[in-house]
Amino acid sequence: MLSPRTATYRAAVLEALAGEMRLEDSVILMGEDVGAAGGVFKQTEGLFAQFGAERVIDTPISEAGAFGIAVGAAMTGQRPVFEVMFGDFITLIMDQLVNQAAKINYMSAGQYRVPLVMRIAVGIGGNLGPQHSQSLHAWATHIPGLKVVMPATPADAKGLMAAAIRDDGPVVFFEDRMLYNLRDVVPDGDYVVPIGSAEVKCKGQDVTIIATGRMVHMALAAAELLGKEEISAEVVDPRSLVPLDIDTLVASVKKTSRAVIVDGGYRQYGVTGEIAATITEHAFDWLDAPVIRIGGADVPIPFSKSLEPLVLPDAQRLARDSAALVRGHR
Amino acid sequence: MAKALQTSTAPSVQQLLSADEALRLLRSMQLIRTFEERVRNLYSAGVIPGLVHLCAGQEAVAVGVCSLLGDKDMIASNHRGHGHCVAKGADIGRMMAEIMGRSTGYGLGRGGSLHIFDVAHGNLGTTGIVGGGIPLAAGAALSAKRRGRGEATVCFFGDGALNQGLLFEVMNMAAVWRLPVLFVCENNGFGEFTAIEDVTAGPDLLLRGTAFGAASETVDGMDVLAVRGAAQRALERARSGGGPSFLVCNTYRYGGHHAGDKQDYKDDAEAEAWRLKDPIERLSRWLKESGMATAQTIAALKQEIDDEVRAAVEFAKAAPFPTADDLGAHLHA
Repeated sequence: MLSPRTATYRAAVLEALAGEMRLEDSVILMGEDVGAAGGVFKQTEGLFAQFGAERVIDTPISEAGAFGIAVGAAMTGQRPVFEVMFGDFITLIMDQLVNQAAKINYMSAGQYRVPLVMRIAVGIGGNLGPQHSQSLHAWATHIPGLKVVMPATPADAKGLMAAAIRDDGPVVFFEDRMLYNLRDVVPDGDYVVPIGSAEVKCKGQDVTIIATGRMVHMALAAAELLGKEEISAEVVDPRSLVPLDIDTLVASVKKTSRAVIVDGGYRQYGVTGEIAATITEHAFDWLDAPVIRIGGADVPIPFSKSLEPLVLPDAQRLARDSAALVRGHR
Repeated sequence: MAKALQTSTAPSVQQLLSADEALRLLRSMQLIRTFEERVRNLYSAGVIPGLVHLCAGQEAVAVGVCSLLGDKDMIASNHRGHGHCVAKGADIGRMMAEIMGRSTGYGLGRGGSLHIFDVAHGNLGTTGIVGGGIPLAAGAALSAKRRGRGEATVCFFGDGALNQGLLFEVMNMAAVWRLPVLFVCENNGFGEFTAIEDVTAGPDLLLRGTAFGAASETVDGMDVLAVRGAAQRALERARSGGGPSFLVCNTYRYGGHHAGDKQDYKDDAEAEAWRLKDPIERLSRWLKESGMATAQTIAALKQEIDDEVRAAVEFAKAAPFPTADDLGAHLHA
């Protein structure tokens, strides 16, 4: 029997993009250096040669204007995928994202739809410093009218990109650039992961670790460490932050009675708080311990090699905190 | 802005225009004027809540440009957008309902005056963010260019938006990509409560278009025929692949930034001088002088419009307010 096909995260997203562009002429790609250059992370390589300059559009370094043009194009028949090179640059686009893209379907009572994907590379690593490392996905989750997805694996990245492009509204797609070289099984051909569906990545009984994006891999590593201590951890990946698959998350916590939430963005007023509160609202009577939140350090992401690794939690810390929770030390 | 005034009150461009066409222009301008007078009254009476930004004085710009557009040509409007919506063919009953927050409005009453969308007539919406609609127009132009059927897009903005960086980002891309878009600046002399001279640098606003290689023209924005003439040239350019154009239409806002604004910052003599150039009066006079219409025809037209606006108000007032069921509708597509 043939072993299942594997691909990198980068290639999996590219596969979905190329597939959707082949299926539907209205799918266009816009962004800085996405054309002949193939993307600063080689994440759009080959698309320009396949689909040409009319559909793979290099924009100037004008994030707000270019994104607004993508919104207008989406209102009038295109299905743009708009790339934001670094997640930090979403700050430049907030007006068009928040005041236009997110609200147009609502304000126009459905006269105009905005079928658009904002694709954003985020993540800490490589010493890029305070303005090229942030993951501001919590900003997008705060705005009604946007859907927000954050795939952790190559297969989910492929399936969620396809779903995002097919969605008739604006979807913000956060991909951690530190996952681009991660290789794993990826289904062939047409493959869609529904937006709003979480997945249990590893089954367990004693504690639920709810992790997002790249933190899913840290959670899986922590689950292995916990296994050596006879603690069985269940790892759940929401995959979509909006809409959040509350049922899957709550079902897991009701089973394990303990929850640890891990996210790579800033912890203050962030994703971990929202999920923790949701768990508490829906599963309070099942909880044997307080819900624990673990996030990135609430500091600008520092440049130095000695400091950058301190921002994100690691598997050891997550395992230690989870074990303490299970043993009743929290 | 006195320097922008001309002494002549006759239309500067007398194009070959049929009486029917000329009357249509008059009708459209008068409809906007009468509609907005009712909006102002209803606002003063407390029937319309929130804020409304009226365009009395500026009607020639919306009408001069939109008279050349079909339903497949798109416009993006701004916060002072009732005129653009009416000129583009919107149903004034549904507009009034939206402005009153009623469920028969274009957005179920959830957007109000600042958010009137009309897809059937190619209107991408009024907007509450100064300059916010400009990229939407360019995006629609990108779609039009891909379709390749010669459709064009217009975005209307005021002189206030000339100082938004977004405008220049979009003008640059429109020029680089040769998008079929017309940037129309309605220079009414004030950004909110501040005179343009106090906040705007440079010897000539037109340079902001020429900087990007956009064909740029300054127009008497109180003269519907002059606006139409310039728009005609710009639209022909857009439709034939010639890329973007920039029109600076010098006009005047009779009212304040919003209804209820006391306008202490305005010079009375200057305001009066601009009123002598009133676009509706000018076109009416020209129609009569050129024998295209009689005073009776024009009076009958006004009466007809009064009735139409009254019916629109009745339609809006008869409609229920949106209910809790409408609160979350259309949040997602």
